[in-house]
Amino acid sequence: MIEFTMPALGSDMDEGTLDQWLVKPGDTVHRGQIVAVVETTKAAVEIECWHDGTVDELLVPVGTTVQVGTPLATLREADGSATREPAARAPLTVAPGTAPARTPHPRISPPEAPGHRRFVSPAARRLAASLRIELDAVPGTGPQGSVTIGDVERAATAPAAAPPAAIPEAGRAAKAAARAAQMRTSIAAAMSRSKREIPHYYLAHEIVLETSLTWLTARNAQRSIDERVLPAVMLLKAVGLAAQRFGEFNGFWRDGGFLAATGVHVGVGISLRGGGLVAPAIHDVPDKKLDQLMDDLTDLVARARAGSLRSSEMSDPTITVTNLGDQGVDTVFGVIYPQQVALVGFGRPAPRVRVIAGDVEGSRGIGIVTTVNATLAADHRASDGHRGALFLTAIDELLGQPDLLEK
Amino acid sequence: MKTTYRTAVHDAIRDALRDDDRVVLMGEDVGRYGGTYAASKDLLAEFGPDRVRDTPLSELGFVGVGIGAALGGLRPIVEVMTVNFSLLALDQLVNTAAALRHMSGGQFSVPLVVRMATGAGRQLAAQHSHSLEPWYAHIPGITVVAPATVEDAYGMLGPALADPDPVVIFEHVQLYNTSSDTSADGDQLTPTSISGAAVRRPGTDATLITYGGSLGKALDAANELALAGIDCEVIDLRVLRPLDDATIFESVRKTHRAVVVDEAWRSGSLAAEVTARIMEGAFYDLDAPIARVCSAEVPIPYAKHLEDAALPQTAGIVAAVHGLFGEPFGDRP
Repeated sequence: MIEFTMPALGSDMDEGTLDQWLVKPGDTVHRGQIVAVVETTKAAVEIECWHDGTVDELLVPVGTTVQVGTPLATLREADGSATREPAARAPLTVAPGTAPARTPHPRISPPEAPGHRRFVSPAARRLAASLRIELDAVPGTGPQGSVTIGDVERAATAPAAAPPAAIPEAGRAAKAAARAAQMRTSIAAAMSRSKREIPHYYLAHEIVLETSLTWLTARNAQRSIDERVLPAVMLLKAVGLAAQRFGEFNGFWRDGGFLAATGVHVGVGISLRGGGLVAPAIHDVPDKKLDQLMDDLTDLVARARAGSLRSSEMSDPTITVTNLGDQGVDTVFGVIYPQQVALVGFGRPAPRVRVIAGDVEGSRGIGIVTTVNATLAADHRASDGHRGALFLTAIDELLGQPDLLEK
Repeated sequence: MKTTYRTAVHDAIRDALRDDDRVVLMGEDVGRYGGTYAASKDLLAEFGPDRVRDTPLSELGFVGVGIGAALGGLRPIVEVMTVNFSLLALDQLVNTAAALRHMSGGQFSVPLVVRMATGAGRQLAAQHSHSLEPWYAHIPGITVVAPATVEDAYGMLGPALADPDPVVIFEHVQLYNTSSDTSADGDQLTPTSISGAAVRRPGTDATLITYGGSLGKALDAANELALAGIDCEVIDLRVLRPLDDATIFESVRKTHRAVVVDEAWRSGSLAAEVTARIMEGAFYDLDAPIARVCSAEVPIPYAKHLEDAALPQTAGIVAAVHGLFGEPFGDRP
């Protein structure tokens, strides 16, 4: 039997609300299949399953808010074996290659023994008995997910209604408004933590884009409009390739040490129409061709704004790129998303006056060329400015060799 | 006027010597040197060698002398330099002082006061820094007190001397330099009591239970937690034996959560005892498991950073309280 648990969709997520089950007991599921929708403070996220098997039991009803790490369902393994495999718990919520990113933290995960009886504090149990509150329906927020006095009091004052099978459309608007408010809180928590804990250092570098833009224009001229690749995609690819070469910018600072990620999953800062932002991942950026990245980015932005991201996208980013060029600013100095260790910022690509090579060999002149200001905000615990400078200039060099980006 | 804890201890001894000629002070370096922690400075000059007596480095001997003097009608104050050294005198205290009333069918009592320094934080390393007062709190027949404030540093000695049975006073080494705003005249410090705990800070959300040198850290933690919206009640046990269950239970019944802060080691500690009593007496009022913040189970290190790391600190107390609310804190991902 395998337990399918509430994944941590980012380091600032403590709990999630089960919005929708897309499977039922007896259904066969396969690895990567979207099996549920979970409402976080940021978005409704489609949750993938990481095992082949058969759904045995759904443990958490729709509408219930549970802590990260709480078992949501049990699965029977594909070979029909019903033996418990405790070790199989982690992979269920963790995508290959980035296991540590989403392993529920011990402090917020339930105790090891799976399927233990519900923890209810002695005082809460007494209060529930006196108020005739059914404890099974009371979500727990205390230590180890226990039901506390406060939980019982909330349950006592909440309108008695069975959790809806699916959230009705009318409820979605209210949900979105509440989500926007909660998102501010989430962003506040993550960014406060970042500025409190991460000793940022910042580097800036102006990159001349003439070569790459000329190449891209020529490339796009041969294609229909909907097949064209945006310059932003080239920037993403360059960051992905550079992060692959400079591993200390691609990973996590966790438990007092740096943990390099095995893949490069670039988080893309996407502002949402209702306010706030998310930075979901495009997976394996160095391995993807530009066309594929363009498709991925388009899809990701659309789904982020529709509020339907996938669990792996929320929790996998190993480095983040923020691009405020569209808003017209020249330079952006970013705040690192914990527990990542680096963030690359791009401002507006624009024609700027630069010293360029002159017409005569060895001479210099003044020219107007298109440049973009790239910045690196990096965690000084994980890397030093010397390597940061090399990383940032590597992005520049890659953009000067567009053929490398195409591969 | 600011009065230090050291001055309060000194003045309490001086006033006791002045008020009652049966009171004598003895111990290592209490006379000519004025006390290792200067608690008996100039008392030899004022009261003479009959009443302020330097002893050899022989805890077993001079604590025994103190017991004999008490049995003979005096009111001795015996100073033992640190609790670590008091182990040499455990036989006198446990087998004689604590047991004589019982063994004599009430015919004899031992009105002895033993003062000793306890605790870490001054880089005195593994033979001068331990908190062994829970061992004394284990023994029936003696009263064990731990003054944590300037007022108690002065105020507990008088009642201790008036008690017909042995009283052991633990003065945490980190407290001697602490001070309190007392009235314009330091002499106006008055006797307090050697029974009962004190609520040092009222609160509604969680109870911090502590004593001695950890009281300041607990109060600091309470102030920090107040900024996070958690209103902590802080209880100073004051008397480690007999424990004041009523004050503890009353607080836990109100707050439903408790953290016990004890500089001794966790295993078999006073923190363990307090925790167990809350389980016995207020289990159905608990809304979260009781948490303990104690010293790391190592001999207290000499190096400053290691000593700091080994001891309960404010940040650890704050984290423990957050834990009671199911809030991951500090090392959360």
